[in-house]
Amino acid sequence: MTARILYNVLQVLVVMVFAPLMAGTNARLKEIVQSKRGPSILQPYRDLWKLFHKDEVVSARASWIFRVTPYIAFVAPLFVAMLIPVLTSYPLFFAFMGDMLGGGFILALAGFFACLAAVDAGNPYGPMGASRTRMVSFLVEPVFMIVFFTVSFVAGSTIPYIVQQRWVASPADFFAPSHVLIVLAFLMIIIAETGRIPVDNPAGHFELAMIDESKSLEYSGRGAALMKWGGEMKAFVLMCIFLNVLVAPWGLAATTSVGAVLLAIPLVLLKMLGLIVVLVIVESSLAKLRLFRISEFLGAAFVTAVVAMIARLFAL
Amino acid sequence: MAHGVIGSVNALIGGLFLLTSFAMVATRQVRGCLQQFVYQSILLAASALLIGGSSASWHLVAVGLITLITKPIVIPWLLRRTVPERIFTRREVALTINATASLLVALGLAVLSYFIARVLLAAAGAEFAAVNLPIGISGLLLGGYTLTVRREAVPQLIAILTMENSAFFAGIAIAPGLSIIAELAVAFDALVLAFVVGLLTRLIHERTGHTEVARLTELREEGER
Repeated sequence: MTARILYNVLQVLVVMVFAPLMAGTNARLKEIVQSKRGPSILQPYRDLWKLFHKDEVVSARASWIFRVTPYIAFVAPLFVAMLIPVLTSYPLFFAFMGDMLGGGFILALAGFFACLAAVDAGNPYGPMGASRTRMVSFLVEPVFMIVFFTVSFVAGSTIPYIVQQRWVASPADFFAPSHVLIVLAFLMIIIAETGRIPVDNPAGHFELAMIDESKSLEYSGRGAALMKWGGEMKAFVLMCIFLNVLVAPWGLAATTSVGAVLLAIPLVLLKMLGLIVVLVIVESSLAKLRLFRISEFLGAAFVTAVVAMIARLFAL
Repeated sequence: MAHGVIGSVNALIGGLFLLTSFAMVATRQVRGCLQQFVYQSILLAASALLIGGSSASWHLVAVGLITLITKPIVIPWLLRRTVPERIFTRREVALTINATASLLVALGLAVLSYFIARVLLAAAGAEFAAVNLPIGISGLLLGGYTLTVRREAVPQLIAILTMENSAFFAGIAIAPGLSIIAELAVAFDALVLAFVVGLLTRLIHERTGHTEVARLTELREEGER
């Protein structure tokens, strides 16, 4: 029992520690594709260090929401990290505290507060970005639901560990059309939720075109660091769900020995590197969509998910 | 899945086939449409080869090979030769209904076709029909829908060819013993269709400067121009 609690804590720590590394790797790979050298993959750590040592400036008119939001944005992905399989293939101590929908709700809560804070600060670009983020996320929401429900329907449970076990147990279902389409839909959602190129340009510094970034424009110092770190962890957690539950449920620790759990860390990072390469290829080969084309992109994701669902319900 | 690996690979092909049909509804550019058609035809051929191989019917294997040669290679080549390049590169904005709404309608059609296929499957349950029949029917409906929504000549032609593809996709599962002469005739028919429509499009484009079908309703004398 104590081992399961400890591993759960370790899981959260892994998410905290390695999320900036993955963000840095992603940025570096993208620069390499654009035949630039790019910053070191450790750059996000340096950014965080720098931001934590700077003074924070908060507008005198900002309410408590503005102050609380960075902490919520930072903690929400950590809560989700307790629920999902990051390192082990057997359920840990907190695994039954919430299911995949619960995880989705926790992440949505962080997004909700980030939007409130963006409106709160009074920066004219904040509310604009907030409303756009809402538009993207309410289009993403139904796709999330359908993906989760289809996956849960197959596995007979909404607990991510059990879903993961199900794919390990029967690899024949892996190439079932519903599964492939679900993977495709989820990939599109990850792109939309983490603000990647066909939907949003994370490298852009033009306020009018921003979607995700403009919400944290007003933050400085510690607040900015927490928001940034929280965003990186959110991407990490989403990629973990994608890889460990849906695409590649192998390579996780199956026994409770310390060695197996520690060995799972580099394996998970390796899998994530593969996913990042795919994402970088997607990002580099597409152009950013116009704002009103985003609904088409997410409409396509929705259709993919629903086709997966009906293929599952009717064909078998 | 009764057939294990072959069954699930065929199911995967079916899923991707359905996805290309959806993509055809929403793709704007003519070139993109053609690309989707090429993918779809390759998937059709793969399914035919798989089913033919597993049920040892050389008819189906031959059908697969014919499809593999005519649809992904010869038809695009023919269209490229006959239709002016400008039509392919232009971004076609003329959709009667916007893409998101179209996708939702298409979704409804797909669900409907699964319901229809259920009734049909109860009557005649062939081996691979559980996958191929509903997907074929929905491809057929989606092709018809694309045909009504698109306003340009070339995408409409591609929609017709998609319907033909989908009918084949359903057919190879229901009637694997269909005689080869019928299949040959259909493949040849599709070729001639593509050629004729391509030539017509070229002529219309030369005469009127556009290929929007909705604007071709008025008759004009030759001397008026």
